[in-house]
Amino acid sequence: MSIWMIIIVVAYLCVIAYLGFRGFKSTKSATDYMLGGRKVHPYVMAMSYGATFISTSAIVGFGGAAGVFGMGLLWLTFMNIFIGIFIAFWVFGGRTRRMGLRLDAHTFPELLGRRFQSRFIQGAAAVIIFMFIPLYASAVLTGAVKYISSQLSIDYNVALLLFSVIIAIYVIAGGIKGVMYTDALQGTIMLFGMLALLILTYIKMGGVSAAHQSLTDMASMVPAKLQAGGHQGWTSMPKFGSPLSWTLVSTIIMGVGIGVLAQPQLAVRYMTVKSGKELNRAIPIGGIFIMMMTGVAFIVGSLSNVHFQQTLGKVSIVAAKGDVEAIIPMYLQSAMPEWFSILFMLTLISAAMSTLSSQFHVMGTSLGRDLVEESMHKKKGGSGMLATRLGVLGGILISVYLSYIMELKFGKTGTAIVARGTAIFFGLCACAFLPMYVGALWNRGITKVGAIAGMLSGALSSMFWIFFVEQKASTALLLCNKLFGTRSLGISMVDGKEVFAASGPIVWAYVDPLIVGLPIAIIVTVSVSLFTKKMANEHLDICMGTK
Amino acid sequence: MLGIEDPWVVLAYVLCIISALLCLVWGAIKWNVDDTVDEPEDEIRHWAEEEDRVEEEL
Repeated sequence: MSIWMIIIVVAYLCVIAYLGFRGFKSTKSATDYMLGGRKVHPYVMAMSYGATFISTSAIVGFGGAAGVFGMGLLWLTFMNIFIGIFIAFWVFGGRTRRMGLRLDAHTFPELLGRRFQSRFIQGAAAVIIFMFIPLYASAVLTGAVKYISSQLSIDYNVALLLFSVIIAIYVIAGGIKGVMYTDALQGTIMLFGMLALLILTYIKMGGVSAAHQSLTDMASMVPAKLQAGGHQGWTSMPKFGSPLSWTLVSTIIMGVGIGVLAQPQLAVRYMTVKSGKELNRAIPIGGIFIMMMTGVAFIVGSLSNVHFQQTLGKVSIVAAKGDVEAIIPMYLQSAMPEWFSILFMLTLISAAMSTLSSQFHVMGTSLGRDLVEESMHKKKGGSGMLATRLGVLGGILISVYLSYIMELKFGKTGTAIVARGTAIFFGLCACAFLPMYVGALWNRGITKVGAIAGMLSGALSSMFWIFFVEQKASTALLLCNKLFGTRSLGISMVDGKEVFAASGPIVWAYVDPLIVGLPIAIIVTVSVSLFTKKMANEHLDICMGTK
Repeated sequence: MLGIEDPWVVLAYVLCIISALLCLVWGAIKWNVDDTVDEPEDEIRHWAEEEDRVEEEL
């Protein structure tokens, strides 16, 4: 570790500490702590939304996946920009902000709970978030700490402790203001880091078209196993209906692309700005930011194949000895100048810290505000910040414990479970919350019972699919194997060989939980609402602003 | 086009740029457009407090 690296990391942490302190000084009430007083600047809001959305695994993990799958992953970037930013801010953002203000909601579960006049919804949503977000946080935390410990040559457990304590201080003290101010700085660093990576990569490979052409020319080098799965080269989509195409289309594009709309830690950000004007101004900032994050990661991840072919005569996944997560770090080390490694280290630390701080904050508000204060009627006056701060602390301790224990106690199984954390949380949130959330914003006919039934059926059906059918998750979680002797109910053993159950082009074990859980949740929400008691018009008028 | 043969991948690449441009243009056009048709803040606060009070009593 060079002296420059230490100086820059210390300077970075000092700025983070200052921003956390600023958040702390200007936090006086529960609204400040949870919503930044509803007066956050659009740049801060957009960068915070984007930086929270993009974690280290979105850059290293998905960038590495692009090294295997190729540039077809750019469909996910398009979904991220168009749905995750444009539709999210324009269509969902304005209505969420206005309804949140009318109902004086401070959190996403509180918005849903008050809209449907149900403390159960608020409590149950908080339980779902608080139970599963530690797994997602642990996935981000483990990835970041592994990277930091290798870059700064310090022990994994020491890095885990230091990193968590730093984030804990500014989240607990500064609340959402501390989180969003630091997010804005971290987002800006990430933007510069990724922009530099894209430019340097294209220059190194002789320009945009030349770089892509070199990758196109490598189609014959696709490993046999990937070819058998439907891989047709890194600048081509996989063969239609092949296992690879299902993984690509269903899991990555649908799972993460649509899942973003009902993420509690992202949706709450719409309520932090003062007016619709701020949301409009946040759209270009968010759009460019996301394009520079996942777009660059996917392009560079794919092009790493050209670099490794030219230098080692191998494709990326072979050069990285089968470890997808190692592709981007290996590429940076061997293809980029040394000064860049410092900038990129800050980029990755920023990506992890910004996601983690928001995850910890939403854990705290779910436990403190939604579950203890509101759902369990334990409101004791005061500013209402203490319970939330204790909730944040509890959430951090659980996530750190998971990151510490999973690998130590369960070895590779633990690592595999943690690695599924992001996808599991995204899918679960979409199935449990999206139909109810859309209904809350636009439909007067969705009833309280319909919303509850939809939330529970979405959560349960996606959990069933995660634990027993979708092969990556069910294999990692082991429960299916314990109960039924197979790693997925979509796979049966015939003469010692795995046979995948399929209906036409649909191979069930590759289908994402969202593809199954979301339609079930929509159907249940709508059909139960048709036969149950409608909500009072006076309440709906207040919610929708039609009074 | 752009050194990429599969039109679906070219489309994804181009759509990423177009959608980011759409965000830019949208922001420029709507920079000062507000959606505020909200009630005055005092009224909302009063209503929310009233609601909390009723719930406490219940």
